[in-house]
Amino acid sequence: MDITSHTHHISQQYNIELDDIKTHLAEMGGMAERQVNDAITAMIEVDLEKAEQVVHGDRKVNSMEVSIDEECVRILAKRQPAAGDLRLVIAVTKAITDLERIGDEASKIARQAIALSRDGAAPRGYVEMRHIGNHVSRMLHEALDAFARLDLDVALKVVQTDRTVDMEYSTAMREMITYMIEDPRSITRVLNIMWSLRALERIGDHARNIAQYVVYLVMGEDVRHGSIEEIEEQLGQDQEDGE
Amino acid sequence: MLETTDVAETNAPTETADSAAQYRAVVESHDNSARSDAEPHPHDRTESMSMENETIKLEVENLNLYYGEKRALNNISLDIPEKKVTAFIGPSGCGKSTLLRCFNRMNDLVDSCRIEGKILLDGDDIYRKSVDVAELRRQIGMVFQKPNPFPKSIYENVAYGLRLQGVKSKRTLDTVVENSLRGAALWDEVKDRLHDNAFGLSGGQQQRLVIARAIAIEPEVILLDEPASALDPISTLKIEELIYELKDKYTIVIVTHNMQQAARVSDYTAFMYMGDLIEFGDTDTLFTNPTEKQTEDYITGRYG
Repeated sequence: MDITSHTHHISQQYNIELDDIKTHLAEMGGMAERQVNDAITAMIEVDLEKAEQVVHGDRKVNSMEVSIDEECVRILAKRQPAAGDLRLVIAVTKAITDLERIGDEASKIARQAIALSRDGAAPRGYVEMRHIGNHVSRMLHEALDAFARLDLDVALKVVQTDRTVDMEYSTAMREMITYMIEDPRSITRVLNIMWSLRALERIGDHARNIAQYVVYLVMGEDVRHGSIEEIEEQLGQDQEDGE
Repeated sequence: MLETTDVAETNAPTETADSAAQYRAVVESHDNSARSDAEPHPHDRTESMSMENETIKLEVENLNLYYGEKRALNNISLDIPEKKVTAFIGPSGCGKSTLLRCFNRMNDLVDSCRIEGKILLDGDDIYRKSVDVAELRRQIGMVFQKPNPFPKSIYENVAYGLRLQGVKSKRTLDTVVENSLRGAALWDEVKDRLHDNAFGLSGGQQQRLVIARAIAIEPEVILLDEPASALDPISTLKIEELIYELKDKYTIVIVTHNMQQAARVSDYTAFMYMGDLIEFGDTDTLFTNPTEKQTEDYITGRYG
């Protein structure tokens, strides 16, 4: 079904309202993305000022969530959206919750960066931080891109990448543990890095959620809690049904 | 994830118990948030309504209807399930009211109207020559857009059908009138003025009176043609509530312009356009994820 455009309603005002929530979601997504990237940079470059900016910026992300949520509630109350329009409004309300959490995780990373800039850099973990950070940041970017363009393929790719990130996170954890065992004096600082890696991994999970809302938005299928194979099977069946 | 724990524990020497405990806390908290096999499978969701589980009350088979030369219904086939509410939606002139009228042969009254195909009630064709149309209309009652009570008392309006059937016993009539008015959720409002003229009732009350009149003769199917379109929102909600209660006993088919109403009251919805049946399915699916683009455009208020 073609729902690539949420326009062409008889009511022009309705077109504008739906367009607005999509635009505002994209803006909030951009803001969350910047927060994540800045937090990673602040961590790796031990940049206190940038870290403080991120902590401060989280308030902006929060207020964006509240205002988009209000818009969505207003549309539900006044327009009683159906079918694709309904799925758009629902997907947006869910996506902004994940974006807000992503903002929280970015600000957690920034707080760890602030702690490290006070106590001195951690002896290990920056390679992993950069590596997983790159992965997660790309996931988030692509999830938002998939939402804006209703691109099912990109959305599925994001869901797949999340599994890689989870594996890399486990590996990194193991390395950090080994290092802490070798040098117990570094435990506090290595833990700062570990909490940050954990936050990155969570950001990956939220990006995956957003990608799953894209599948719901485009196909009308709820693919949460399924493995990637189950999702592909589910979607494959639908496409056959449709033909 | 469990394997990870095993590997790590073999790596962790016991003398650094603190680190190991910290590690376990980290790994476990991660595990808790990760997906586990115990969570429900996506296919485990509650199944929506399915035609396969329904008893079919009315079957429409390849129905074509002509007004003179003009074809108003094109090869319609659909099944109306028993004791469920089925809604017909679609823009003006799509044929939904025409189709509804076929079910109790109201179209017989239009001279130029001609029908091909079949409609089966419990498996019997209602257009056979031997069918008694009056009896058919007793089995399949109808309520119209505009309330049309007779210029008689409330009591006589409801008792009318029974009197036609020759029922004279006052006790029987009293019982049926009370039960029908209760069934139509009107009894409490009119019980003290049963012998007042029905025109003294409000529009919403009149519509419920007409429904009481329809159910007094114990039909099997009730056809509702825009039953609430001339009513205020509160009366509309009362009618909708009534429809929900009536489906315990009757098969209900409703035509409505109000899509939210169809979404609220019906179990199945048929979308018609220009005399074609475009999509027919369970209401929950049709309003959240329709199959046809035309349906999507109509229910979301886009240009066709």
